[in-house]
Amino acid sequence: MNHTPNYSPKPEDFTPAHYDDDIHGIARPSRSYWQDAWRRLRANRRALVSLILIVGLLLFALIGPLLWQVDPSRQDIDQVSQAPGADRAASIVAPYEYWSGKSAPGFEGEGLRLAQEANSQAVRLLWDEVSSATSLRLYRNIFPIDEQLAFGLPIAEFASAGAGYYEDRLDLTPDTYYYSLVELDASGQSTGTFQSLAVEVKRVITIDEVRERQLVLDTTELNIGDEVLLALHPLGTDYLGRDILSRLMHGARVSLFIGFVAPMLYVLLGVAYGATAGFLGGKIDQVMMRFADFVVALPFLLFMILFQVVFGIGPGESGIIPLLVALIVLAWPATARLVRGQVLQIREEAYISASRLLGANSRYLVLRHMIPNTMGVILVTLTFAVPSAIFTEAFLSFIGMGVAPPTPSWGSMSNEGLATMLTHPHELIFPSVFISITVLAFNLLGDGLRDALDARMRDV
Amino acid sequence: MPKSVVTEDKFNRSAGKQLARYALVAVLALVALMYCLNWVAGLSSSGSAAGLTAIDVERNEISTFLRQEPPQLNSMLASDAVSGTILEHVMEGLLRYGPNNEILPGMAERWEIDGALARFWIRPDARWSNGDPVTAHDFEFAWKTALDPATGSQYSFIFYPIKNAEAANTGQLPLEAVGVRALDDSLLEVELERPLAYLEKLLAFVTFQPVQQKFYEQRPQRYGADAEDLLYNGPFVISSWVHGASMRLEKNPNYWDAERIKLNAINFPYITSDSATLLNLYRDGRIATVDLTAEMLEGAMQRRWQLERFMDGTVFFIDFNHRDNRLTRNKNLRIALNLAQDSNELVNSVIKLPGYLPAKSLFPIWMQGVEKTFREEYPAPEYPYNVELARQHLALAKQELGLSEWPPIVLLSGNTPVANISAQYYQEVFKKNLGLEIIIDAQIFRQRLQKMQDGDFDMVLSGWGPDYNDPMTFADLYSSWNLNNRGKYSNPELDALVRKAQDSIDPKERMDAFGAIQEILHDDAVLIGNYERGLVHATDPRLKGAQKRIFGAENDYTGAYIEDSE
Amino acid sequence: MWAYTLKRLLQGLVTVWFIATATFFAMHNVPGDPLSSERATSAEIRANLAAKYGLDKPLSEQYFIYMGNLARGDFGISFAQQNRQVNDIIREHFPVSATLGVLAVLFAACGGILWGALTALYRDRLPDTIIMFLVILGISVPSFVFAALGQLALVKINDWFGVSLLPVAGWGTVGHMLLPSLVLGLGTMAYLTRLMRSSMLEIIHSDYIRTAKAKGLPAARIFTHHQLRNAVLPLITVLGPAIAAITTGGFVVELVFAIPGLGRYFVEAVQQLDYTVIMGTTVFYGAFLVFMVIVVDLVYGWIDPRVRLQ
Repeated sequence: MNHTPNYSPKPEDFTPAHYDDDIHGIARPSRSYWQDAWRRLRANRRALVSLILIVGLLLFALIGPLLWQVDPSRQDIDQVSQAPGADRAASIVAPYEYWSGKSAPGFEGEGLRLAQEANSQAVRLLWDEVSSATSLRLYRNIFPIDEQLAFGLPIAEFASAGAGYYEDRLDLTPDTYYYSLVELDASGQSTGTFQSLAVEVKRVITIDEVRERQLVLDTTELNIGDEVLLALHPLGTDYLGRDILSRLMHGARVSLFIGFVAPMLYVLLGVAYGATAGFLGGKIDQVMMRFADFVVALPFLLFMILFQVVFGIGPGESGIIPLLVALIVLAWPATARLVRGQVLQIREEAYISASRLLGANSRYLVLRHMIPNTMGVILVTLTFAVPSAIFTEAFLSFIGMGVAPPTPSWGSMSNEGLATMLTHPHELIFPSVFISITVLAFNLLGDGLRDALDARMRDV
Repeated sequence: MPKSVVTEDKFNRSAGKQLARYALVAVLALVALMYCLNWVAGLSSSGSAAGLTAIDVERNEISTFLRQEPPQLNSMLASDAVSGTILEHVMEGLLRYGPNNEILPGMAERWEIDGALARFWIRPDARWSNGDPVTAHDFEFAWKTALDPATGSQYSFIFYPIKNAEAANTGQLPLEAVGVRALDDSLLEVELERPLAYLEKLLAFVTFQPVQQKFYEQRPQRYGADAEDLLYNGPFVISSWVHGASMRLEKNPNYWDAERIKLNAINFPYITSDSATLLNLYRDGRIATVDLTAEMLEGAMQRRWQLERFMDGTVFFIDFNHRDNRLTRNKNLRIALNLAQDSNELVNSVIKLPGYLPAKSLFPIWMQGVEKTFREEYPAPEYPYNVELARQHLALAKQELGLSEWPPIVLLSGNTPVANISAQYYQEVFKKNLGLEIIIDAQIFRQRLQKMQDGDFDMVLSGWGPDYNDPMTFADLYSSWNLNNRGKYSNPELDALVRKAQDSIDPKERMDAFGAIQEILHDDAVLIGNYERGLVHATDPRLKGAQKRIFGAENDYTGAYIEDSE
Repeated sequence: MWAYTLKRLLQGLVTVWFIATATFFAMHNVPGDPLSSERATSAEIRANLAAKYGLDKPLSEQYFIYMGNLARGDFGISFAQQNRQVNDIIREHFPVSATLGVLAVLFAACGGILWGALTALYRDRLPDTIIMFLVILGISVPSFVFAALGQLALVKINDWFGVSLLPVAGWGTVGHMLLPSLVLGLGTMAYLTRLMRSSMLEIIHSDYIRTAKAKGLPAARIFTHHQLRNAVLPLITVLGPAIAAITTGGFVVELVFAIPGLGRYFVEAVQQLDYTVIMGTTVFYGAFLVFMVIVVDLVYGWIDPRVRLQ
C-alpha cells in the first residue's frame, strides 16, 4: 500500500482484476454441514455404537418376523412359562380317556398309590379306606414333606374317608410331585396323620397333538412310546405358552412404531406451528404461543390416560392409534416453542437481511434458511423424544391403559412379566432389556447428535 | 506434567471433602424434613400403620388388608364385597350366618314365619354403639329408605319378595304401602308377596341391616362417610378410618353377644389389591393372611407355608347375545363354540390355581339341593370337547345363516389380568379349532357394563356371584324380565320354571324346577362355562378361626382368635 | 417484579380455566355410563341418580354449573363413593402425593448435584465410570420395574436381618417414605447427574477457575464459590418440568407401595368413570403444576440476576 500523503489516484491505477478460475480452489475438499456433522458423529464411539444398535433394533422388528415365522399369538399350551433352553422332549401316549377309578394291571397295592403310569396328561391316584378319619384332603407339593408338615397345594377334598380315587391334571410339568393324603377329623381339622407318595411325571403328547402342532412332518410312522421334540422357543414362552422371541419382534414393531411415528408427527406439527408463529411474529405469534402454553399446562400423564378412555379402543383394535393421537395432541408444543425461538433468533441474523435485500421471498427464506438452520435442533429433539414416547407406552401398559390384548408391546409384556417375576424372570427380563437398550441407544445417539450438529450445545 | 497432576489431585481431594460435608448436611436436612413432613401429616390424619405386625399377641390384635377402599358403608347402598366385609363386622341384621353357614339369630331373638307373614322379635339387649336400643323401627326405616327410588340403591331388588316392594321401588306405590311394619319397638312384621322358601337366608344380607333414623337424618349426604358418621350394632366398631390408607376395627362393648368376640381389634393398615405387594407384606410379617396367584405357589411351597383353598362362589361363563340380527342367535353356532373349547384346559393349563374348578353349569358345585348338593342330585349335562362335531355344527350354522364367509365375532371382556388371559385363550382356541376370527373388545369396567346393557357384543365374558344361599340367586338370571340378563335370552319355558320355583316352598318341587332350568341353559341357551373362581391363601399359623365366606363377609374375623404356641 | 408476578398469575388462572374446560368436554365424551353398576338397576333409579348428579341437564348447562361450582372451589360429590366430597378426597390424598413428590425432588436434586460434582471431579476414573453406569440404568429402566425390584429387595433385606428395618409398603411413618420417594426420584436424579456433570466440566475448564487457581485461592473456596454455585444454576431450569414429571410419575410408586396418594385415586377413578373425581383431580393437578412453574420461574429470576423478568 502506498503511504504517500496527498496522493490522488489516477484512473490508470484502476485496472480490472484478473479473473482467475482457480480463485475458488480450496486446499481441502469442501464439506457440507451434514458431511461435517457425520464426520464428528463417526468420531463419537458411543453414538456410533448406539446408531448401530438402533439399526439392529429396526432390523429385528422389520426383518425378524420374516426369519422367525412364529405366530406371536399362537399358544403352545404344552409349554407354558417355559424358560429358554428348557428340555423339550416328550414321549407319545394314547389319547386322553375318561377314567373311572380302576387300577391298571401292575399297579395293585395298598394305601395311596398310582393307578397307572403318571404323565403330564394326568396323575391318577387310588387309596384305600382310612378308618381313623372322617374326611380326607389331598395335597400336592414339589418338595418332599419334612417335619414342618407343609403339604403344599390343597388340590381336592373328600367328604368320606372311604377308598377313593382322584385324577390330577392341574398344571403338570416334568418334575417329581409329592402327594399326601391328609386325614381330617369331624371338624375338618387335620389330625396330623397322612400318607405320602412321590410321583415322577414325564412329559407326554398324543399323536393327534403332534399332528396338530406340526412337530413331525409324517405322523404315520409314530408309535406310542416314541420320543418327539416339542416346538422350539429360543427365548422361552409366556404365561399362555406364546413364543417370547416372536412376541418381542412383533412387540418391537408396536413399541418402535409408537416410539418413531409419534415423535415424528408431533415434531413435524410442532415445527410447522412454531415456524409459522416465529416467522409471522407479532399478534399472531402471541396468540399462537398462548395456545401452545395452554396445551403445555395440561398434566401430561393424566391427559394421556383420559384421552385413552375418551378415544376408546374398539373391538379388535390394537389401541395404537388412540395412543398415537393422544401423544401428538399433547406433546407438540414443546417442539413448537423451541422452533419458534430458533426462528426468531435466525430472523435477526445478518444473512437473512442480506437475503431479503437480494429479493428472497418468504417461502425461500423459510425453506432455504430457517428450516435447514433449525434442522440440527429438531433432529436432536426428535432423538430424545423417542425414548420418552416408548416410556409413556410402557407406563400406560403398566396401569392397564396401553395397547389392547393380544397385541404385544414391550411395555405390556414387561407388565405381564412383573406378575411372574419371581418364578419366571425371563418374561420380565427380555422385554425390559429391550426397552432399556432402545431408550439408552436413543439417549446416547441424541447426545452424539447434539455434539455433532451444534458446537454451541456441546456436551463435554 | 506430573506436577500439575499432583495439584489437581490435591484440589480434588479438598473439593471431595467439601462435597462429603455437603452430602452429610443434605442427608441430615432431608431426614429432619421427613420427620417434619410426617409430623405435619400427622396433624391432618390420625392412626398410622407404624409398628403393626400381623399378629400382636400381647394386645390381642391382628393386622390384615383391604383390597380397596370401602366405597360405601351405608348399608342401604353398599353393593361391593369390601364394603360388605366391613359392614358384616360392624353391623348385624335380624339374622346372621354361623360358622358353618347356618342361619343364627342376630338382632332378632326369635321369629315366626307363617306363610306370607313373618314376625321378628328384636332382642331387648340389642344396642347401638351410642347406647340407644336397636328397635324394629330402625329396620323399617332402613328397608323403606333403601326401597325409596330417590335413594337409588342398586340392591333394592333384593326386597322385591316383600309385598308391594317392587311397586314402591319403581314409584308406582308410596313407600307406606310396603309390607314392613314395626308394630312396636321390639316387633317387626314383614308381609310377603307370597310364601318364600329362602326368606331367612335372604335376611342375613347386608341391605337388610338396620339404620337409626335420628342418626341418619343428622348427617344428610354423609351417613357412612366416616368412622363417626356411622352408628354400629355389630361385633366391632370402626375406631379409625384414614381414607385410602387404613382402617381399624375395635371390639364393640355394646354388642349383645360380646363374649363371642375374642379379638380386641382388627387392623387394616394396607389398602391395596396388588398381589405382589401383598405377598411382600405377608413375607415381612405385616399381614396375617394373603391370597396367592399361580406364580406364587412355588415360592410358597418352598417356604413351607400352610396353604388352604377356598371357592368364593362366583361362576364365570361366556354369555351369548340373543338379540335379533346377532350371529350368536343361531343355536348351532353356540353349540359349535361350546364343543370346540375345553374349560378343563383353561383351568388346568392356563389359570393353574388349585382353587379354580371348570364350570360345568351356571349352578355352582357347592349349592345345596334337597338332601345332597344340587349338582349331585341334578348332574349338569355337558358338551364334551369334540372339534369334529363342533365343525359340523359350525357348517350347519353357516348354512342356516346363509353365510359364505364367517364375519369376525366380538368377544367383550374386562381389562383385568384374568379377563385378559381368558379372552386371549378363547380367541386362540376358536381360531385354532373352528377357524373363526374372534375379536377381543377389552373395556374398562363401566364401559363394559354400558356395552353389555346396549347389547353391543356377540359374546361376553361374565361372572355371577350369589347374593343369598338359594339356587334362585342364579336361576332367575336368564328370566326374560331380569335386567342382568344382558344377552336378552328369552324363553317362556324358563320363565315359567322360575315363576314356579318362586311360588313354591316345597324343596323338591323347587329343585326340580332348578334342574329343568339347568337343562334349558345347557340345551337352548348353550352357555359356555369357564370356571368357578377359587383362591389359594396362606394364613399366619397363629391365627385361628378366621373364615372365608361365600355369603356375607368374604373374610370373616368375628370368630377369629390368636393361638400362641409359646 | 410485582406487576410481572401478577401478570403470570392471571395467565395461570386463564390456563386453569382452559384445563378445566378441556377436561370437562373430554370427560363427557367418554363412552360408558358412570351410573351403571354390576347389578343392573331400573330406568327409574338411574333417572333419579342422573338427576342427583345433574347429568339429566343439557351439556352446556352442566358446563356452566360445573364452572360456577369450580369458581367457588367446589368439585362436587364422587360418583363411586356417593357420600364423599371430591374436595375431601383431594384434601386427604394430595398431601400424601405432595410429600412423596417433594421428597423425591429433593432426593433427585441433592443426589444429582452430589453425584454430578463427584463424577466431574473424578472424570474418566473409577467413581465416574461406576456412577455413570448407574445413571445409564436410572435413565433407561422403566420406573415400575425399579419399584417392584426395590420392594422385593427390601423384603430380602428385612428377611436377612431378621427384623423389619423399613416397611415394605403402606404409609404413615418416616420409614414408609424412604424407599418410595427414592424410587420416584431415581429417574430425575440420573438426569440431573448427567446435567450437573457436563455443566461442572464446562466450568472446570473455564478461564475464571484457572484465574482463581492462579491467584492461589483455597481449593475449597474455589470449589464451592466458583464451581458448584455456577454449575447448579442450569439445574434449576429443569426443576419445573421435573416436578411435573415426579408428581404424575407418582402413580406407579403409589400403586406398587400401596400409598394412599391422589395419583392412585385418579387411576381407580378412571376405571370407574368417576366424572367428578377425574375432573377434580385433573383440574387440581393442572392448577398445581401451572403455579409450580410460575414459582420456579420467579425463583430462578431471583437467584440468577442475569435472567431478566419481564
